Amino acid sequence: MTGTSWPGSPYPPLQRMPLTAQDIPRIANLARLELQPDEQASTLAKINDFFGIVEQIRQVDTNGIEPLAHPVAVMQDITLRLRPDIASEANQREANQRSAPAVERGLFLVPKVIE
Amino acid sequence: MTSSALHDQSVAQLVHTLRSKQASAVEVAQHFLARCQADSSGTFLALDEEATLTQARASDARLAAGSASSLEGVPLAHKDVFVTRDFPTTAGSKMLEGYRSPFDATVVSRLAGQGMVSLGKLNCDEFAMGSSNENSAYASVKNPWDSSRIPGGSSGGSAAAVAARLTPAATGTDTGGSIRQPASFCGVTGIKPTYGRASRYGMIAYASSLDQAGPMARSAEDCALLLSAMCGSDVDRDSTSLDVATENFSAQLTNPLQGLRVGVPKEFFGAGLASDVHRVVDAALMQLQAQGAKLVPISLPLTELSIPVYYIIAPAEASSNLSRFDGVKFGHRAKDYTDLVDMYKKTRAEGFGDEVKRRIMIGTYVLSHGYYDAYYLQAQKIRRMIADDFQRVFAECDVIAGPVAPTVAWKLGEKADDPLANYLADIFTLPASLAGLPGMSLPAGFGEGGMPVGLQLIGNYLQESKLLNVAHQYQLNTDFHLQKPQAA
Repeated sequence: MTGTSWPGSPYPPLQRMPLTAQDIPRIANLARLELQPDEQASTLAKINDFFGIVEQIRQVDTNGIEPLAHPVAVMQDITLRLRPDIASEANQREANQRSAPAVERGLFLVPKVIE
Repeated sequence: MTSSALHDQSVAQLVHTLRSKQASAVEVAQHFLARCQADSSGTFLALDEEATLTQARASDARLAAGSASSLEGVPLAHKDVFVTRDFPTTAGSKMLEGYRSPFDATVVSRLAGQGMVSLGKLNCDEFAMGSSNENSAYASVKNPWDSSRIPGGSSGGSAAAVAARLTPAATGTDTGGSIRQPASFCGVTGIKPTYGRASRYGMIAYASSLDQAGPMARSAEDCALLLSAMCGSDVDRDSTSLDVATENFSAQLTNPLQGLRVGVPKEFFGAGLASDVHRVVDAALMQLQAQGAKLVPISLPLTELSIPVYYIIAPAEASSNLSRFDGVKFGHRAKDYTDLVDMYKKTRAEGFGDEVKRRIMIGTYVLSHGYYDAYYLQAQKIRRMIADDFQRVFAECDVIAGPVAPTVAWKLGEKADDPLANYLADIFTLPASLAGLPGMSLPAGFGEGGMPVGLQLIGNYLQESKLLNVAHQYQLNTDFHLQKPQAA
């Protein structure tokens, strides 16, 4: 099986390491998504299509390269800011709960979690 | 001036029209609202005449009192990923159907602070994930130049609305090209500033290390006015907001192009570039040269790898960001479920569309145990190599120019069931996104089917003024940005 890549690519598609039908329900569970059987099949096919081009990145030598999480770190030192731990926002409980699916006495309602 | 001409006026012209009392803010708003209400192309997701007119009346009061701000009374519309108090916010998703935010995004309040009047909310791909606007849960927006074609995405409603003269300006967001590509496909001008320039507070997060807001309008001159209002540090509300002073992005528009070094990356002109787009972009480069610029051949060898790198990093961040949609605090909740986890799973299955689910699945997978180093960390390392390559070439050139997309806008439905084909078409916008660099698209001509083609300009960090300068000088010598679809 070979992947699709950009025309004239210097990175020929590698043999894929396709996800299997068993991987899909496992990942869907981690992602808290219920997928119907037909959705599982189409998700598997499309994700494997995509992983055909993803395999290209494994051909790149990245020894000694630091991962880049914040793009502007290339330009200047980025230190994540902390602010004093002081409540600065006004209490807007009602406004914040206006779009909630289920609320009672100012609390968000969820199904029973402790028997 | 008659009111029928209002929708053909630029932002700069409308400022003058309102200041000189040729039309009131309410009259201008009513004129545009009538056009928006008559639209049948799926461009808007929310209009609220009373909310708009209330804002317009406040502008008229300030104009009468002599306390008008810089863009007082000029209408605009917001991409539906910016939360707004006055209009519902859905991000193009069923998950947020009917959602009302208790606050305005910083970008929204900054533009309102300059007196702009909001016409409503614009359609987009669900949670800004897409390149065609076909991933909207509500409607596929039609391209005003050809209603059988997509407007591009994810800011497709924004681009279509400006092109169809439904609004003089719109906000957009760009994660992997979502301002530049629809601007190119609809023949409008749009700019994505340096990552961190515009606050992400109140902008519904897709991929936080890439998401950036920017304006879309008909000219570089108008984009400069809007960008000056939108940008500014917001360090208390956005931890990645750059701590840099506000800037007047109009200040350098009139600089001549004499001696400007324009880098032309060979990887943007390979076998994958359609011949009609190639021809238009070549002509635009010749035009810049005729205006005094010097073309410098450059190489960005990792261009193609930006596709897998982006489509690993963005879904990874999305899978984390979208975990907040669980049916508890806001948005959709499934009707029937057995327990809490079942409620999460059914809620998310019903609320999200196919492409959003797919990206959440990819993101969850590449972050999961055993795959993190091979995919996510490797992608972040190549991301640094891509950013370093840009710094290398910016020693040789002042701006980079090339195509925005490999083709003109494609037909509705043509790639709807082929996500990989959509991903591949993002190749020329992804590198600047991954590096966090400013980029823009400006109308440069027409290709197959008479469809607009954009020229992409990429600048170094914080060089938005330089990009807008080049674009404005080009627009002083060309009229592609003044042409409008017949339907408008």
